[in-house]
Amino acid sequence: MSEQQTAVAEPTAPGKTILFEIQRQDTPESAPYMESFEIPYKANMNVISALMEIRRNPVNAKGEKTTPVNWDMNCLEEVCGACSMVINGRPRQSCTALVDQLTQPIKLEPMRTFPVVRDLLVDREGMFDSLKKIKAWIPIDGTYDLGEGPRMPERKRQWAYELSKCMTCGVCLEACPNVNDSTNFMGPFAISQVRLFNTHPTGAKNKDERLAALMTDGGLAECGNSQNCVVACPKGIPLTTSIAAMNRATTVQMFKNFFGSDHMVD
Amino acid sequence: MVRENEFYWRRLHSLLGIIPIGLFVTQHLIINHFATRGAESFNTAAHFIENLPFIYFLEWFVIYIPLMFHAFYGVYLAFTSKNNVQRYGTFRNWMFFLQRITGVFLVIFIAWHIYETRIQKMFGTEVNFDMMADILSNPFMIVFYALGIIAATFHLANGLWSFLVTWGLAQSARSQRIVTYVTLVVFIALTIIGLRALFAFV
Repeated sequence: MSEQQTAVAEPTAPGKTILFEIQRQDTPESAPYMESFEIPYKANMNVISALMEIRRNPVNAKGEKTTPVNWDMNCLEEVCGACSMVINGRPRQSCTALVDQLTQPIKLEPMRTFPVVRDLLVDREGMFDSLKKIKAWIPIDGTYDLGEGPRMPERKRQWAYELSKCMTCGVCLEACPNVNDSTNFMGPFAISQVRLFNTHPTGAKNKDERLAALMTDGGLAECGNSQNCVVACPKGIPLTTSIAAMNRATTVQMFKNFFGSDHMVD
Repeated sequence: MVRENEFYWRRLHSLLGIIPIGLFVTQHLIINHFATRGAESFNTAAHFIENLPFIYFLEWFVIYIPLMFHAFYGVYLAFTSKNNVQRYGTFRNWMFFLQRITGVFLVIFIAWHIYETRIQKMFGTEVNFDMMADILSNPFMIVFYALGIIAATFHLANGLWSFLVTWGLAQSARSQRIVTYVTLVVFIALTIIGLRALFAFV
């Protein structure tokens, strides 16, 4: 029986290796340190398959036995956002980071904008708290059957669909100079989500509540227009257009709040 | 309290940068430009401004109070940003970085400029062409003032861009790009006016 155990095993290239430099951190409080790994090359590897190889055989480049590298992953097709990390200096998803397209040594670091749990694993809970703060949902519950909602124009649906591709991966926060320890900025993704839910014909019935959330601490105003988010977003979401659109909406809302208005949600 | 109302403070910061400070700076550079027509012409213009009615009220409410708020709040904002032009060397990220660099430099420059002119006037020195010619007889001061003017026109032009985005006037990517070109023209025009006036004193 041959060594081949799966039908789709990638061919190995004898002698060829891939070099990784990984920033490790054992506990949330401990100091980070760098560790190098040299693993056998296989065709079509991505960063995750390489990390799996390290996990299978946790030996560093010096030949010392070490602990397996921790990271987060889920869908493996760039729709969940869990496997985001800083690869060769840029935040992105490790599932779509193909080894053949990366310069070696491949440097992996956690997204330090977030609290690091261990190694490359970060805690993105703050993002989900922001989604709660901005009410990133459409309330449809009532004491009676509310029936069908209003129809959405197809052309509006098309661009709103682009905004709905957000997977809360955190790359825009890592790229933003204004998301850091000295600000409470919730980040570009949350602003775009307000635009998405305020665009929905049923969601628009609470649009003033979402705008109010953007007009408090950590909201829209903390954006400094560096426009890194729109460059960094792996899903190509027009984040800066969303931010400018919400700037306009909050400008109008500000005057409505100040003078009083019968048009809070229309 | 400050954090809760950050939205309003930031909007005020953006507005004051254009009205009145941006308008004042433009006016200031244009009046300075009289220097290119000679000392006589400049002194007449300077004395006209000096003798405006309600000058103390105008100074405080059009210049000092808005400028101090814009400057001190701006310094706070500049030092709460974590610049990353090494990671993202895009045009807008550089503008973001330069806006903060020029802002901090302008606080120093303007403080010195006010000390040398307005505060000296308070002590009885006359503000006129000779005063500026005297200050600018030092080559170091020519460089310092030239940098101050370029920093001010850049900060104003780029601030005009971000004002239009912050208030939601320029929304689409295309409109933001057009505004970039318009503000570039504003930057070049104001810089030429400012520097021509500066070198008229030399």
